[in-house]
Amino acid sequence: MEWREDGILLSMRPHGEGSAIIEVFTSGHGRHFGVVRGGASRKRAPLLQPGAQLDLTWRARLEDQIGSFLAEPVQSRAAVLESPLALAGLTAACGLLHISLAERDPHPQLYRRTLSLMDAMAGGADWLGDYLRWELLLLDEIGFGLDLSRCALTGQRDDLAYVSPRTGRAVSRAAAGDWAPKLLPLPQALMGQGPVSRAEAAQALAVTGHFLSRELANESRPVALPESRNRLLARLSRDTL
Amino acid sequence: MSGPPRDIDALIALMARLPGLGPRSARRAVLHLLKRRDAVLAPLAQVMATVALTAQDCRVCGNIGTTDLCPICDDPRRATGEICVVETVADLWAMERGGAFKGRYHVLGGTLSALDAIGPEDLRIPDLAERVRGEAVSEVILALNATVDGQTTAHYIADALAQTGVQISSLAQGVPVGGELDYLDDGTIGAALRARRKV
Repeated sequence: MEWREDGILLSMRPHGEGSAIIEVFTSGHGRHFGVVRGGASRKRAPLLQPGAQLDLTWRARLEDQIGSFLAEPVQSRAAVLESPLALAGLTAACGLLHISLAERDPHPQLYRRTLSLMDAMAGGADWLGDYLRWELLLLDEIGFGLDLSRCALTGQRDDLAYVSPRTGRAVSRAAAGDWAPKLLPLPQALMGQGPVSRAEAAQALAVTGHFLSRELANESRPVALPESRNRLLARLSRDTL
Repeated sequence: MSGPPRDIDALIALMARLPGLGPRSARRAVLHLLKRRDAVLAPLAQVMATVALTAQDCRVCGNIGTTDLCPICDDPRRATGEICVVETVADLWAMERGGAFKGRYHVLGGTLSALDAIGPEDLRIPDLAERVRGEAVSEVILALNATVDGQTTAHYIADALAQTGVQISSLAQGVPVGGELDYLDDGTIGAALRARRKV
């Protein structure tokens, strides 16, 4: 068995004396593990940092085996190390992909968006709006997309102010009535396409976090969201005070 | 087929657990020790027994020493008001080999890691905050690895100490001494360019 394609490194842990087991996210093979011989060496380890873009060749005798990777660096995203917010965003994205996607299940659209999001983070661009839309897409890809296009009760497309914590559908201000306190506020940052402030991003992350937690929690992992994602929200919330 | 006697086999098995050694190299090392029993094996056993009894973590910085206060924390000349934060004792020893830093240290014992579920409480970050508040500290130097986990930890510590008003700095990143640009990765070249200085 052999395939070759580009991928984003999500995690790396040492394996034995000098090797490493890496977890990558690729377009055609999804989230995939493999061994990199010598990957934990002084020469190779700096290239295998989360967020790095790699040219990957995977080989195994049988498809079910973990297999081994030949990993060549394509692009480093080391520039995020200098920005606390970008670093928090990148580790949050890697952490969410790690816990939410099934192994070897391809998500080509999510891969493309992850690529452009990480490029924006490393390039110093304004990426908060992209990150929110990326989390919405992630929810969609794991089977719980929010429907924020129209009111679930009236069908109207304007004055949408709430989202149902159960169904993930938008509700207009007028239709919410007495149910408003039981609904989640719908931040406008989740509706738009433009740049968003840190305060708006923090509000929006609280909403997407509700649905991600609900979908990803299980018996073995009662606290669903990765700590890196919690740190991103904490940093945004703190910076807006 | 008869192998080595039980005690020697146990020694080989223990040696094979050391980093860099496997069963085969452990056997070679043990054979070497057995050949030089008086010159190497006996003194080694004696020193190891002594260190096993006396080694302990410094109660202030987390360095490994033979008393509850390590020689660096015990040395009044090292009270410069600077604390250098490192990940492990190996990093502390590396800094000491350089001899450029004259202050004191704080060993975290690791870095934050979401995958390994290592949070701030698992590291000696609360102890660091306590030291900064309790001692006359003028600067905290974050000498953590230039990795995602290392820099995540550095940013977390900078946030945690922001309220104390102490100056916080980190090691520069860029071209190593003796390094050739052609062999550097693009991330290091970018960091070096951003941290350029007037000559």
